[in-house]
Amino acid sequence: MAADGDDLPKMAHPLEIPKLKCGAMEGLAPFIAAPEHQEPLGYPGELVENWKEVALAKMKELAEKNRAFQVYLDACVKCGACTDKCHYFLGTGDPKNMPVARQDLLRSVYRRYFTFAGKYFPSLVGARDLTEEVLDEWYSYYHQCSECRRCSVFCPYGIDTAEITMAAREIMDAVGKGQKYSNEIIGKVKVVGNNLGLNEKALGATLEDLEEEIEEDTGVSVRLPLDEKGADILLVTPSADFFAEPHIDGLIGYAKVFHEAGVSWTISSYASEAANFGLFIGSYENMREIALRIRKAAEDLGVKRIIFGECGHAWRVAYSFLNTLAGPFDFLDPKYPVPQHILEFTWNEIQKGTLKFDKSQNDHIRLTYHDSCNVARASRMGDEPGGQFEIPRNVIKAVCNHYFDMDRETTHESTLCCGGGGGLLTDDLMELRKKGASPRMTALQQVTEDHGVTHMAAICAICKTQFSKVMPAYGYEMDSIVSVHQLVSNAIILTGQDGAEEDETEAAEEA
Amino acid sequence: MISALYAILFWVATVLLVVGLAMKIRKYARTPAPLKIPTTPAPTTRTGVVLRMFREVIFFESLFKSNKWIWLFGWAFHMGMWLVLIRHIRYFQWDVSWWVSLAQPFGTYASFAMLFGLLGLWARRFLVERIRYISNPSDHLMLALLVLIVGSGMMMRFVVHTDIIQVKAFMLGLMRLRIETLPTDPILLVHLGAVAALMIIFPISKLLHAPGVFFSPSRNQVDNPREVRHIAPWAKKLES
Ligand code: HEM
Ligand code: HEM
Repeated sequence: MAADGDDLPKMAHPLEIPKLKCGAMEGLAPFIAAPEHQEPLGYPGELVENWKEVALAKMKELAEKNRAFQVYLDACVKCGACTDKCHYFLGTGDPKNMPVARQDLLRSVYRRYFTFAGKYFPSLVGARDLTEEVLDEWYSYYHQCSECRRCSVFCPYGIDTAEITMAAREIMDAVGKGQKYSNEIIGKVKVVGNNLGLNEKALGATLEDLEEEIEEDTGVSVRLPLDEKGADILLVTPSADFFAEPHIDGLIGYAKVFHEAGVSWTISSYASEAANFGLFIGSYENMREIALRIRKAAEDLGVKRIIFGECGHAWRVAYSFLNTLAGPFDFLDPKYPVPQHILEFTWNEIQKGTLKFDKSQNDHIRLTYHDSCNVARASRMGDEPGGQFEIPRNVIKAVCNHYFDMDRETTHESTLCCGGGGGLLTDDLMELRKKGASPRMTALQQVTEDHGVTHMAAICAICKTQFSKVMPAYGYEMDSIVSVHQLVSNAIILTGQDGAEEDETEAAEEA
Repeated sequence: MISALYAILFWVATVLLVVGLAMKIRKYARTPAPLKIPTTPAPTTRTGVVLRMFREVIFFESLFKSNKWIWLFGWAFHMGMWLVLIRHIRYFQWDVSWWVSLAQPFGTYASFAMLFGLLGLWARRFLVERIRYISNPSDHLMLALLVLIVGSGMMMRFVVHTDIIQVKAFMLGLMRLRIETLPTDPILLVHLGAVAALMIIFPISKLLHAPGVFFSPSRNQVDNPREVRHIAPWAKKLES
């Protein structure tokens, strides 16, 4: 993108409201899916002849199948409470990035064709015909929403723009105008089993390399098993954990925790992906198909429990939807919730006292924590409401001496999206990603000024990739973003580890 | 003549309101929510959900977190409206209930709260750039209609009184499908005409937020997806 990074907003405060800049992000659009990305998902390869009828029929179908879509289209009173809640609006000033305005792009068409007022008094209620320009506008602005749900928290009726965005994307897929990034990835999962298209052999080799690396560092042989029948735990983790930084250090952390806890576990090559981009495009059917791979892997391997690695939207699909999409899981051990989060497991082991830490191994880090949107606003951990906020912080504080929270208005349920969620983590949207990150980056800069914070931890593969890409634009090193289990990995003392503290420090610095 | 006109108007408006609203509510109730999507902070029990909904409807809890000005104006308007409406029950009861009488003195001040709230909300639609951008003509008209109702009501209450006894007789007559004589003060006719208009547009406008809030999945669902399997009938069919 042309504006790549040189016109980032200077914000005095993370939630500073910009002046409206009409048309600021107009026309920005990610690459359109080619026929080979569309067809495996059950969508037409390119824009169909009668796209208008198809789109309206799809809209009607969605209103009948999804109460949220129906109620949210009707209920909005335009009170304006959401207008300053979207990070993309705060970062770009484009009024169509205000949640209500984004919804209205579709609501205006819904009103025109499906409501009395819109049919007979269109200009009174802001109803408009569905035209090719409208479709293009949808394509642009429904790919400027990361489905983070921050607006839904603040709406007096809980209207969730993510639901409208998902519906819009599903309508666009149905007429043959899908997004390349998400649809191509879903295709890969269906064929190979993960977003990267990493096959069984490559995956096995990667895991072996990691085993060697851990043994070199610690002198302890820690296993990362693949497709091991009869293991107790199936670990489902985002495939970024197999190759990207800092994700991979998190994976090493899970392995060390499992090792110390003395449980048997395995990764599956068939379900080697926690991410489920079916969510992003609002497709129940595609989301279900991907989720069923996890069920099948669990059955084939004969495991007793399923645990998910650090990934935000994956945890939403896992915690909130897995039972719906691929349940019931009555073949698993009923003593454990299905599924569990790796942090629930680790925190439980910490409370049991199974894990020993040398917190000083993280003393080179002054840390803050970024609540990932899907974990924060669309799921939970543990038995109590709010566990998704407490458990990660508890684990961090157990392994780290210097921890500081960011401004409360930008954490917990009010957390700000990293700017790359919801299927937007693609280079063709880099300008949007950088600007959308500015509210979070401003909150980070505040704690850097106030407390000398150097690093930020996250538990989402998308957040980690996004931040390592955009943080340099805001004056941070790209490795200032860390995995929570990377910190665990730094501090954990493995049984029988050769007391080589220097090695550990080295490993931490490399990380 | 005028009495007959208004009688027919109110009968028609009542039918449209009741039937229209019933149809909408039926649609909301019958449309399944395929997935569990409660927004944090989500209660883990039914009781918790009832309490959450209560706080949303009575205190506008989320709005309070969101924007203090909109909350102040919106809450003053709605709470004023409920008191005024309770006060109005006396036109529809022969023997006024004790709790309706109890609300009478508060009701008088409530109309000021209503007017204050409405004017505040309306001012925001002009003064705040973001809200000006999202406002349609219908949003202004809705506020205009309500200001008209409240303004004319307050005129009758505080400036030019009308024959309340006769109004009551007329309303009670309507409920028994009889047409009594309605006083013909212009202000009363304006008040009642605007009220009938409000009733008619209720089921086809954004006033659907009133029933809608109770059906919002992000607010009315229990956060227990791991414990209880939630599945929509159409999704169940995919499994066979
Ligand atoms: C369950 C009952 C109701 C609840 C919980 C509720 C809640 C709300 C809330 C939270 C707002 C947004 C904030 C504001 O602008 O005030 C709102 C707006 C509004 N409500 Fe209600 N409401 C209810 C019933 C009604 C009824 C019966 C009316 C009919 C006169 C009404 C008329 C309006 C109007 C006109 C607005 C828009 C105000 C504006 O233009 O900014 N509400 N309502
Ligand atoms: C068929 C229904 C209605 C009838 C017959 C009616 C009639 C009246 C009458 C006769 C008054 C004068 C009271 C007095 O002099 O003491 C009045 C006042 C008022 N009306 Fe209505 N009205 C109706 C519906 C409504 C509605 C739906 C609203 C609001 C949305 C409303 C708002 C007011 C207000 C704010 C006042 C002035 C304050 C008060 O007396 O409480 N009215 N109405």
